Amino acid sequence: MQQLTHLERLEAESIHIMREVVAEAQKPVMLYSIGKDSAVMLHLARKAFYPSPPPFPLLHVDTTWKFQEMYRLRDKMAAESGMELIVYQNPEAKARGINPFDHGPLHTDMWKTEGLKQALDLHGFDAAFGGARRDEEKSRAKERIFSFRTASHGWDPKNQRPELWNLYNARKAKGESIRVFPISNWTELDIWQYIMKEEIEIVPLYMAAERPTVERDGMLLMVDDDRFRLEPGETPQMRSVRFRTLGCYPLTGAVESTASTLPEVVQEMLLTTTSERQGRVIDKDGGDASMEKKKQEGYF
Amino acid sequence: MADSDPVYRTDALIAEDIEAYLELHQNKTLLRFITCGSVDDGKSTLIGRLLYDSKMIFEDQLAALEADSKRVGTQGQEIDFALLVDGLAAEREQGITIDVAYRFFATEKRKFIVADTPGHEQYTRNMVTGASTADLAVILIDARKGVLTQTRRHSYLAHLIGIRHLVLAVNKMDLVSYDKDTFDSIVEEYAEFAASIGIEGFTAIPISGFKGDNIAIAPSANTPWYDGPSLINHLETVEVTDTAAQARGFRMPVQWVNRPNLDFRGFSGLIASGEIAPGQDVRIVPSGKTSKVKSIVTLNGELDRAVAGQSVTLTLADEVDCSRGDVIAIADDPPQVADQFESTIVWMSDEELIPGRGYWLKLATQTVTATVAEPKYEVNVNTMEHLAAKTLGLNSIGVAEVTTDRPLVFERYEDSRTLGGFILIDKLTNATVAAGMIHFSLRRAQNVHWQALEIGREQHAALKRQAPAVLWFTGLSGSGKSTIANMVEKRLHSFSRHSFLLDGDNIRHGLNKDLGFTEADRIENIRRVGEVAKLMADAGLIVLTAFISPFRAEREMVRSMLPEGEFVEIFIDTPLSVAEARDVKGLYKKARSGELKNFTGIDSPYEAPENPEIRIDTTATTPEEAANLIVERVLGVWTPDL
Repeated sequence: MQQLTHLERLEAESIHIMREVVAEAQKPVMLYSIGKDSAVMLHLARKAFYPSPPPFPLLHVDTTWKFQEMYRLRDKMAAESGMELIVYQNPEAKARGINPFDHGPLHTDMWKTEGLKQALDLHGFDAAFGGARRDEEKSRAKERIFSFRTASHGWDPKNQRPELWNLYNARKAKGESIRVFPISNWTELDIWQYIMKEEIEIVPLYMAAERPTVERDGMLLMVDDDRFRLEPGETPQMRSVRFRTLGCYPLTGAVESTASTLPEVVQEMLLTTTSERQGRVIDKDGGDASMEKKKQEGYF
Repeated sequence: MADSDPVYRTDALIAEDIEAYLELHQNKTLLRFITCGSVDDGKSTLIGRLLYDSKMIFEDQLAALEADSKRVGTQGQEIDFALLVDGLAAEREQGITIDVAYRFFATEKRKFIVADTPGHEQYTRNMVTGASTADLAVILIDARKGVLTQTRRHSYLAHLIGIRHLVLAVNKMDLVSYDKDTFDSIVEEYAEFAASIGIEGFTAIPISGFKGDNIAIAPSANTPWYDGPSLINHLETVEVTDTAAQARGFRMPVQWVNRPNLDFRGFSGLIASGEIAPGQDVRIVPSGKTSKVKSIVTLNGELDRAVAGQSVTLTLADEVDCSRGDVIAIADDPPQVADQFESTIVWMSDEELIPGRGYWLKLATQTVTATVAEPKYEVNVNTMEHLAAKTLGLNSIGVAEVTTDRPLVFERYEDSRTLGGFILIDKLTNATVAAGMIHFSLRRAQNVHWQALEIGREQHAALKRQAPAVLWFTGLSGSGKSTIANMVEKRLHSFSRHSFLLDGDNIRHGLNKDLGFTEADRIENIRRVGEVAKLMADAGLIVLTAFISPFRAEREMVRSMLPEGEFVEIFIDTPLSVAEARDVKGLYKKARSGELKNFTGIDSPYEAPENPEIRIDTTATTPEEAANLIVERVLGVWTPDL
């Protein structure tokens, strides 16, 4: 008798999900956001299909405002995995110069929400893997692993298909698509432990280092390139910081930390007293049910 | 807050020796469980408590929770843990949990995934969904109310879905002054009920989710009379389903064939039961071919053995046929194969079961067409009584025969959730409409061999120098189907095409004279005609059928029986008013007067084709023009020599 550990069971479940999608969908794609969850998801895909490379491309819906270190790792991982990398930037957002400084919520809406819809429509992908986890946020706790979207990418939380055992119904009408969340049942700690166990490469920003930062509205923002607009009186200061989640650099808050190794990061995480998404601005606009509202509109 | 402030993890270890802590945590096992109870039994509060005690709640969440508790909470000024768990905006407004939500927490020994499932009757499907992946069920009872109808229903469902570990959590003990007699009498009543439905054992624990009694540490100071484990303690020690599955014979449903190049051919899947090692003899089911396992391939190197619950890729020593849907099993003890089963069915759709209709059935990695017979009985989930039933509606549970269009590799559900559990999918909406659990096969498909025929459909067709097809005319009564089909056949005949016309009225005088006009009979009528048309097409003929065939699903069923492109759906589109005005056979008059029941267009629906291959608008086209058009379209497509 061999007792499987929780990580072994989670890994087996995620791999099973990915193989079901590849067997049943016409044109799957993996949404790759370069964060630690994406890194784990990509690693699981490589395990699921080894010795073949994962039989689908990686799609990065880019906002042009990610951290430079993210772009570097993205290109490296795509090359290493032998997968095609598709980078999509919403041309309208590009033309209108949409940016996080001037446009607030519109920045996320146009680059990410609209950009994602456009990219999926453009390539005709009918199934997209996403790295969302149920422990991240309340409305995610109830989402299925296979989540159906209408032709206009809407999500109807009241009309979800029941998901029994590990039997997934991937059938859909023309024009409809599925978002699939293979790491739904992983927690933040599971992700970290798996990264350590499997020695998965992640963006160095997760580890503490001296970085140029300014403090604004109670958040520490990193000045990652010269597009950062300093307000009167602001001067970047070197602080030892790290990031718990990664997004667009002007919207992602850093935490002051000296945790420069993975175990130290996990140690800090376990002893910390604030939740993971707190560093992101996105959950806060629109009040209480904002993520749910975003999802109904088509945000991943 | 709680009298003790229990903590499931040692912050000291995390702070002092993180490596040691991680080592400890890495080797934890995983238990999945569900909580079920009535609306006010305090499920969400209990889960909130488990999250809170295991420090899965952060300061910012706690601050938001405190604010929410004061604003919309139901616990006065105290923290309302339920708000942590109730996710969707709609349910917050209603104050109830309406869907399945998954929560996570960990103790020193285990990691847990909790499915929070609703107590409302109309949401039986959600509870079955949550229970389907659970190793254990916590049945909550309000100590003030005792065993209720819902308690029985939840216990029945948990037992039905095969959960072997039941915990009876008698909650809100604080509101009955922690009274031992109250607890004992509830347990006694429940034990009697549990035995009556075949539940072999359960663990009863007196708790208070709100105050924290007997959640982490037992006995709590308030229940010195209790000598059992705390809830957490119990959850940490029960055996996990996957571990139990290792003791059974090896089975792995093949999900995907891995062929990166000509030198490698691997079979990928999740091991459903047993264990496997290189060199072991295996059998591919249903083909029955045998081989040996050559290697167990992973990115991290080859494995010496693999066990139930692992996702692996196997290579075999021989070049045997094996693809998605097949099951690789231990050679001397393979699973059975059959095409007819007695099953329990939980109906999960607003649209009720239509006996005889073809649904997709998905079991492990196999997808087939299946029909469900009229249920033998329906179970009243509150009283467990068996009731007569013609069909199954939303949230009803019944026992019925299921027949598949080709043999399935299966096991009894009680032996294997993976090879005994299936879902039914509506072919038009693609909705998951039911969950099923196989009791046993009604006949062994092994005994009904397909006769291998030397002269096949290609040879038949070649001799006739034509490509077979089924021209399926559909439309209202009096739309002109028979008239036009007749003319088409005459033209085909004049082009020396071998054809046969199956006409609705004529068939009902012979083959189908035992059938009436109920929905079920109409479906059977079409199924038989479909089978006959298929045989004739196999014989090389161009078959014409003229039947109202009002339901899309049945027309699609016939389409799926034939090779791609051979089914040509011809919609004779005549508005009801026009067909009724013609009323060649006087049937509409009879239907209108009530003399004729279930008449299509009057008191029985007609589902027009959405994408027919050919559509004939009879208000703008004469029968002759229509026949010419069809012959041109049809022969033009498949006889390039004409």
